[in-house]
Amino acid sequence: MAEQRVLVVGGGLAGLAATMKLAELGISVDLMSLTPVKRSHSVCAQGGINSVNETTRQQGDSEYLHFDDTVYGGDFLQHQPPVKEMADWAPRIIDLMDRLGVPFNRTPEGFRDQRRFGGTLYKRTAFAGATTGQQLLYALDEQVRRRHAAGRVEMYEGWDYLGPVKDDDGRCRGAIAQNLVTMEIRAFPADAVILATGGCGLIYGRSTMSMACTGSAASRSVQAGVNYANGEFIQVHPTAIPGADKLRLMSESARGEGGRVWVPRKPHDTRDPRDISDAERYYFLEERYPKYGNLVPRDIATREIFNVCVNEGLSVETERQCVYLDLTHISRAELDRKLGGILHIYEKFQGVDPREEPMKIFPAVHYSMGGMWADYERTAEGGLVPGSIRNHQTNLPGLYAIGECDYQYHGGNRLGANSLLSCIFTGLFVAPGIQNLLSSLPDSAHDEKYDTLLRGQRAVRQLDHDNLLKREGGRENPYVIHQELGDVMTKTATVVRDNAQIKDGLEKVNELAERVQNCSLSDTGNWTNQNVIFTKSLRDMFPLAKALLKGALARDECRGAHYKPEFEMPGVESDDPAERRRQAEAWCDAFEAKNDKWLKTTIASVDKSGEPTLSYEDVDTSLIPPRPRLYGLVGAEVIEEVWKQRQAAKDGSANGTPADAAVAVASS
Amino acid sequence: MIAPAHDYKPSSFEVRILRQAGPGESSHWERHQVTYEPNLNVISVLQKIATQATTAEGKETTPVAWDCNCLEEVCGACTMLVNGQTRQACSALVDKLLAEEPEGIELRPMSKFPVLRDLVVDRGRMFRALERVRAWIPVDGYGDRGAGPRESQAGQEFRYPLSECMTCGCCVEACPQFSKVELTQHVDETDEEFTQRQNEAYDQSFLGAAAISQSMLFNEHPTGHMNAGERLEALMGPGGLQVCGNAQNCVSVCPKEIPLTTSIAKAGRQTTWHAFQRIFDR
Repeated sequence: MAEQRVLVVGGGLAGLAATMKLAELGISVDLMSLTPVKRSHSVCAQGGINSVNETTRQQGDSEYLHFDDTVYGGDFLQHQPPVKEMADWAPRIIDLMDRLGVPFNRTPEGFRDQRRFGGTLYKRTAFAGATTGQQLLYALDEQVRRRHAAGRVEMYEGWDYLGPVKDDDGRCRGAIAQNLVTMEIRAFPADAVILATGGCGLIYGRSTMSMACTGSAASRSVQAGVNYANGEFIQVHPTAIPGADKLRLMSESARGEGGRVWVPRKPHDTRDPRDISDAERYYFLEERYPKYGNLVPRDIATREIFNVCVNEGLSVETERQCVYLDLTHISRAELDRKLGGILHIYEKFQGVDPREEPMKIFPAVHYSMGGMWADYERTAEGGLVPGSIRNHQTNLPGLYAIGECDYQYHGGNRLGANSLLSCIFTGLFVAPGIQNLLSSLPDSAHDEKYDTLLRGQRAVRQLDHDNLLKREGGRENPYVIHQELGDVMTKTATVVRDNAQIKDGLEKVNELAERVQNCSLSDTGNWTNQNVIFTKSLRDMFPLAKALLKGALARDECRGAHYKPEFEMPGVESDDPAERRRQAEAWCDAFEAKNDKWLKTTIASVDKSGEPTLSYEDVDTSLIPPRPRLYGLVGAEVIEEVWKQRQAAKDGSANGTPADAAVAVASS
Repeated sequence: MIAPAHDYKPSSFEVRILRQAGPGESSHWERHQVTYEPNLNVISVLQKIATQATTAEGKETTPVAWDCNCLEEVCGACTMLVNGQTRQACSALVDKLLAEEPEGIELRPMSKFPVLRDLVVDRGRMFRALERVRAWIPVDGYGDRGAGPRESQAGQEFRYPLSECMTCGCCVEACPQFSKVELTQHVDETDEEFTQRQNEAYDQSFLGAAAISQSMLFNEHPTGHMNAGERLEALMGPGGLQVCGNAQNCVSVCPKEIPLTTSIAKAGRQTTWHAFQRIFDR
């Protein structure tokens, strides 16, 4: 048997973490990436990485509370065992990153410093200035370089993944990819393929994501039969800097370090913001959410900023929507030490010093909570079985998905500083399972008997490429179609969603999907042809865009980032105690009914023509019973009271039945 | 700062791009006319040119090839020569460029690396240099061993700026001692053979400021310090620190304002001390 090898696609945090761990286990890895791995999109992550730590532990924090914040913030849509496992690992992961030399900010005594992030009341977030993603990525890049120098890792930087190779039994035996410079199309035999290919923000045209985040690798796998889950859950980050080419992220850490969001109480007050007194400022997050203040979960902050601009007409500017994010009350020295990186970005791109003048920001598409469906094997206690070959395997055996491109961990809304954690965690955690998979396989995809299969599937991709270059086309311009797709998606599937609009959007996307088939290429050469590479990835945006819109259209409820006002459940408005009680009971009834219907994973499977069909799967909520997410809701106290009484009654009866013992243990 | 309001605002402006079809081919200038909009950067200009697909003369042309990813000057991909200055295209703002040079904008690929096509160059040599100086912390393994070493705030504040290096190549582009190494693959040579020959050539040539500075980043880490000698040996080898001519161009063009010359001076002291130690330990 030839040597077994693993192909990792994607060189961001997840892909690098998987590569270095596999290499440590003695497994040979081929690492493929669109860009030199050091330039992957993880560099854009700014704020930090979460875990319970010694300081928060003394305030009563625990792994369990980190787990609880994550599922509560995610509106209970995620399977709980993977989240529990991740939260349990978090402190060890940060320790490891620390050992790898990440320059985390320090306390005067030399310990790692932490800041607070959204959706929690604890300072759980370790950080390296305001470029934590860059620093973590570099640490992993360095380890992979070390393994490369030792001969354990082969680098394929500048290769575009075109799809998996499936054998007759439906097992993945490798992948086909294309070199971005020479345009060579090659088969990469592999006994396991791990996709760590990130999000799909470019479907929205402009977002906070990098140019490589087209979602094409996920789409190509989905078109080969991999299921796509919870596509409609797209995080819109509350604070980004609007730009013509990109909406640049302004990290949540700006608020974590004390940044305050406000608008002038007088609409479009033209005075210099520094001349507007405190009384004339509307700190709307602090007023509406006294407990969390500026650090409410992202979906809520985003809706409030959107609402204050669009519905209340309080945008700072008349021409475009924006609110102030103000750091000017914090000392320059402290700002430079803790937030230097992001202030530098604002200064460079806006030409204004945010230490002197409040920044102008607005929400932007930021993260895909949904992604490729991936499996896990749970233990009786509710964690994951270490080394299980099922962990992170998609429904295509041998093909794995980790990092942002999978759908686990973040449910309906991701908490800030949890993404770096989930990326590194999944990368490290998947490796022992892959090792077990390899030892369970009797052969290697590099064995001669797979040559015909690999050659055949390579030829299919070559033919597709050649046809695209030769095609006369109907003079459609791919860049224009991309702009139009971005406009439709941004209008219909971001902060506020409406069924009539989504239907309309879906029709437009269907039209664009037809038109994209008539793209003519302005470059038909076979050397560094970025035109054809872009056109291919554009074509592959459509199956995901359709899955996203169809999922959003079907889901008639509000959950996390998916907000349909038509199905919003109003709070308890009455002042009369009996009436309040009655309304709260009704609210809780409605909440239970909504969960019965919608507390489910959306699964899209795509047919040959790129058309998605939806089905639904139950969510494992056995560890923490779903409860209403009551941030800022009117009448939250009485609803919570009623809800707790109902839960207590349920727990009481559950204690008598052995089948529910696990639930009772978890909630006690 | 924002360009003052009285600045010249044309309805359109010219962009001259030095184009090259592939490695070893000759290059030529191509002119493009781009409609002015406020707040453009060079990347959005290139995107507009890609959509137009015709030159200023109205001739059909292939889209210009360029490298980019993050568009917020943190990935290092889009380095090129903008009006002769080495910098990232994403943070090169058109309003500012036109205020300085109303004639238009000139784009060229970096001159110290092999051109793959148009504005795309191969900076593999820089990543190879990181391997040469062993730019990593050689931890025992990735299992649980508790936290890393404690570090003072001063220590972190020394290392953090060095660790912001995105291998963009500005420092070496501006360096008079860093000269281009460009090899072409022989017809009878496999990819592996070519890579090996290329690496051998790289390993004889100057490391450049970025890699020298990275070696200091790791030597200053308590764990990395344990094998500082290996990095210093690399700095003392062929193409090492002695090639530096102290022109100080590197530090003035670094977009992240990394104190590269401080790193180089530190590397000088460490290698000198290391050389003494080698003599006395013999």
